Amino acid sequence: MTPVLEAKNIVRNYYLPGGLFKKERTVHAVKGVSFTVEQGKTLAIVGESGCGKSTLARIVTMIDPASGGDLFIDGKKVDIAAGDLTPEIRRKVQIVFQNPYGSLNPRKKIGDILMEPLIINTDTPAAERRELAMVMLKKVGLQEVHFNRYPHMFSGGQRQRIAIARALMLKPRLLVLDEPVSALDLSVQAQVLNLLADLQDELNLTYVFISHDLSVVRYMADDVMVMYFGEAVEYGTRDQVFNDPQHSYTKTLFAATPRADVETIRARIARKNATLAAS
Amino acid sequence: MSVITTKSTQPSGLSEFWYYFSRNKGAVVGFGVFLLVLLMAIFAPLIAPHNPILPYEGMQRLPPAWSEKGNPMFLLGTDAVGRDMLSRLIYGTRFSLFIGLVVASLSAVAGVLLGVVAGYFRGRVDTFIMRVMDIILAFPSLLLALVLVAVLGPGLVNAMIAISIVNQPHFVRLTRAAVISEREKEYVVASRVAGAGTFRLMFKTILPNCLAPLIVQATLAFSAAILDAAALGFLGQGAQPPTPEWGTMLADSREFLQSNPWLVTFPGLCILITVLAINLMGDGLRDALDPKLKRS
Amino acid sequence: MALLEIENLVVEFQTSTGPFRAVDGVSLKVDAGEVLAIVGESGSGKSVSMLAAMGLLPWTAKVTADKMVFDGRNLLGMSASERRKIIGKDMSMIFQEPIASLNPCFTVGFQIEEVLRIHLGLDKAARRQRAIELFEAVGIPNPAERLSHFPHQMSGGQCQRVMIAIAIACNPKLLIADEPTTALDVTIQKQILDLLMRLQTEHRMGLIMITHNMGVVAETADRVIVQYKGRKMEEADVLSLFESPKSDYTRALLAALPENATGDRLPTIGEIFKGAAQ
Repeated sequence: MTPVLEAKNIVRNYYLPGGLFKKERTVHAVKGVSFTVEQGKTLAIVGESGCGKSTLARIVTMIDPASGGDLFIDGKKVDIAAGDLTPEIRRKVQIVFQNPYGSLNPRKKIGDILMEPLIINTDTPAAERRELAMVMLKKVGLQEVHFNRYPHMFSGGQRQRIAIARALMLKPRLLVLDEPVSALDLSVQAQVLNLLADLQDELNLTYVFISHDLSVVRYMADDVMVMYFGEAVEYGTRDQVFNDPQHSYTKTLFAATPRADVETIRARIARKNATLAAS
Repeated sequence: MSVITTKSTQPSGLSEFWYYFSRNKGAVVGFGVFLLVLLMAIFAPLIAPHNPILPYEGMQRLPPAWSEKGNPMFLLGTDAVGRDMLSRLIYGTRFSLFIGLVVASLSAVAGVLLGVVAGYFRGRVDTFIMRVMDIILAFPSLLLALVLVAVLGPGLVNAMIAISIVNQPHFVRLTRAAVISEREKEYVVASRVAGAGTFRLMFKTILPNCLAPLIVQATLAFSAAILDAAALGFLGQGAQPPTPEWGTMLADSREFLQSNPWLVTFPGLCILITVLAINLMGDGLRDALDPKLKRS
Repeated sequence: MALLEIENLVVEFQTSTGPFRAVDGVSLKVDAGEVLAIVGESGSGKSVSMLAAMGLLPWTAKVTADKMVFDGRNLLGMSASERRKIIGKDMSMIFQEPIASLNPCFTVGFQIEEVLRIHLGLDKAARRQRAIELFEAVGIPNPAERLSHFPHQMSGGQCQRVMIAIAIACNPKLLIADEPTTALDVTIQKQILDLLMRLQTEHRMGLIMITHNMGVVAETADRVIVQYKGRKMEEADVLSLFESPKSDYTRALLAALPENATGDRLPTIGEIFKGAAQ
């Protein structure tokens, strides 16, 4: 079966022109990354700031063109620099951003925000549009009464739900989630992750999930790709990567993540008591 | 699936706006004065005791009613030709408000259009538009308006067109700055990903979010227009006599500054009070619209 | 005697919809040389209570408490000039956004020397010497060179190190760290936390760590206070808190951690903690 998304050797360079006092230079944001995502699965991309994961997300979502390499959506090659971006292809990939406070238009009611993709891309009549938007709103756990409210009346977690609803209005094949729960509180994070899992089961969605939080990745992912300075230093199934990391950077990342369990605490207290006793 | 409720104590937009606006006492006073001027303009035929352009024979240059040679029929005296000062001042509100409204609207519409195009497309289009605006700004505004009026011919309509052109660069700059800062925000990218085209992005997505500073600028442009029109009128290039426009009234009475000072003082005071009131209102608007932006 | 003692702290803000209670009757105690973690989600009032103790809240805030004593001195009703002698010297604070917390117009050297000048009254040569020492202590390479750099020329992690250097410049008795690593990458976070703990042990400082990350709590704290919507839900030593949490809210927080997930779905706070507003 053709994978929903296939990327071969994606490269992205930024050219920064020199000025009076600066030399011109090229930033290699993504240096040849390849991966595949099958339908109904979640690929998690992990890395720290500057590793190129957000740049890669924008390329996969067809916001920015790749400088090199090939991108295949549902088996079809897409090169937006060459103008391959038809409305049909545009609909196949949608994105949910990290910042719930910037991703919704503050001047629009959320009913209008949800109906906008339908207005732009389809000929659905107004009453049916409203109906579809209302159904999606309830599917993400909000109520009918919220349809006519403005974004600033909602909390961060609710706004992320609205962002997810908006992304699903066009029934995309692939949903790119760029750190969707990083800005949310722990309790709200759990709700949104549950929602994403439910939607994936119900609609057989495919996710590309970007995060820097390893515990969330471990919970959500089927496959994991670790990025470092624009390169994919590790790529495998979740169990492979978590149980047997190959690359030194992956191992550093795991070692640096704070662990919230009782054994860690006991060990630390024991160490502290030992140093106190010795001094 | 758990069901969510929103915060129940959300104030309406209007009451929240009034809370911040009313914190600035000057703004509330300015708003009150502006309302007064507006009412005077609307009900001018009912309030004014006399016809503003009708001269009374033998009643020229009468002082205000409370001084010794004054006539109680003409509360604030009469001008050089014998027309009642109070009626002229009251009818003058109509012209001032009309000028302010038309000029502010014209420069706002043209300026916002140019600003959105410049801010959205950047590159050569942006450079060209901004250089033209820089050239306009390089001229002293009144001088430029005078030149335009000299070309178009004296009169109120031409004066308004000239002032609009001269005031427009401020709107272009503001809009361009706001558009540049908004266009990289995620909700704009989200609309792009949903398939929105250029026009929809420019006018339906980005522009509504740039309005707050523009509203404040429009208020200030209103008062600046009144001042500029008065200045042009004073120089004889604006409204022509017998129009009861405050600046023209100043021009008519220039030679009588020493002998009959009230002829100059009253129109001058009207201009001062109206412009001050609108500026204070603009300050309050800025305060009221800013914290809302910071909140979300 | 406790280093910092706060009893029944209430902080109210004037907003357009009426007064808003950010902190509602919180009491806490920190001893010298102890690490206290204050955990809570956004809106729990954890930062506001510490800002109130430092006197850094805006004029719209009304601060009342039965007791607010630092090192034997009463913080309530203290004049601004008296307070300025304490904060930055005996009691200091570091914040969440390191690059934004430094003045972008001045070099980092100027900013750290400013603290030394005001609180310790050192002369120019002594200030520079001490600044270099402090930069070395917080692990900034090439300290002499770095003194003349501006904040925007340094990474987030390095700016946070500068912040820490400024905070410990006068050997404070108490250091308050308000989400110091939230804006940093995981590997940098570990370095900064290790640095903070090392300094805390070396100088026997009291450390208050404000965070929403249970992992950070587990790796740093001696005692923990859990706050929710301005109220204290639970206070315990760190091992007891994780092993046998007493409050429903704490239990719900621990259960919502993805690493503690047992089934296919994470238990939401509402299912465990009945008092939660969603």
